[in-house]
Amino acid sequence: MTPTLQLFLIISAALFCIGLLAALSRRHAIFILIGIEMMLAAAGLNFIAFWRFGPQPAPPTGVLITIFAIAIAAAEAAVGLALVIAVYRRFRTTNIDEIDELRG
Amino acid sequence: MNGAAFIFIAIFTLAAALAAATLGKLIHAALSFAAAFVGVAAFYFLLGAEFVGLVQIFVYVGAVAVLIVFTILLTRRDLEKDHGFNWSGVFIALAVFAGLLWAILKSSNLSSAAQPLASLTVKQIGDALMTDYVWPLQCIGVILTAALIGALVLVMEERR
Repeated sequence: MTPTLQLFLIISAALFCIGLLAALSRRHAIFILIGIEMMLAAAGLNFIAFWRFGPQPAPPTGVLITIFAIAIAAAEAAVGLALVIAVYRRFRTTNIDEIDELRG
Repeated sequence: MNGAAFIFIAIFTLAAALAAATLGKLIHAALSFAAAFVGVAAFYFLLGAEFVGLVQIFVYVGAVAVLIVFTILLTRRDLEKDHGFNWSGVFIALAVFAGLLWAILKSSNLSSAAQPLASLTVKQIGDALMTDYVWPLQCIGVILTAALIGALVLVMEERR
């Protein structure tokens, strides 16, 4: 059996939905960040799979977009975790249900 | 491409990701998160994008996972409390997965085998980054600088 593009897309869809599950279900701010990182990784996996299964030799567009996505994800993780620390200092909790000062 | 390697990596990655999403202890979830990203990097190696796989391991397992562990340790006093679990997220995630699966299975032309890989060297990637993609590269540099300064400003102690 050789893996086809369809199998890679199904795997990355499953990874995306696991990330979505972590981002929607968990009430801890760090879990939500982990879920968002997983969803970004699933998108990157899709880019690489489409690049590999396209006509060869292909220009390295998919590879470069994935590298840029990894850089953006790293910046997002740094700012997000700094926000978690700032919120923890202010409210003494990281449970997002208890941080509702902006609720009208 | 090797079918057995694909099945092994797929099971490893999805199991680690599921553990990262559902484990109760935050530190275990962070370690499972690192394992899941090793699995994604293995997929990149399997697909012939070795450079991206290495970048993935350096950035995620080397930097982001360590950052998450540090944040967990800095907010440790909060860990004992039970944070609860929202079950409606499970149904939404399953519904999204069903929709994506339907779209993937309905599409034609997705089950053809891959053509033999024309090798992609790091030199080619560097050439593309310095010619066609030089503006995105500069923008990424600005974004990373801004994120670095922003993260520092956010966590700096306020002096009174």
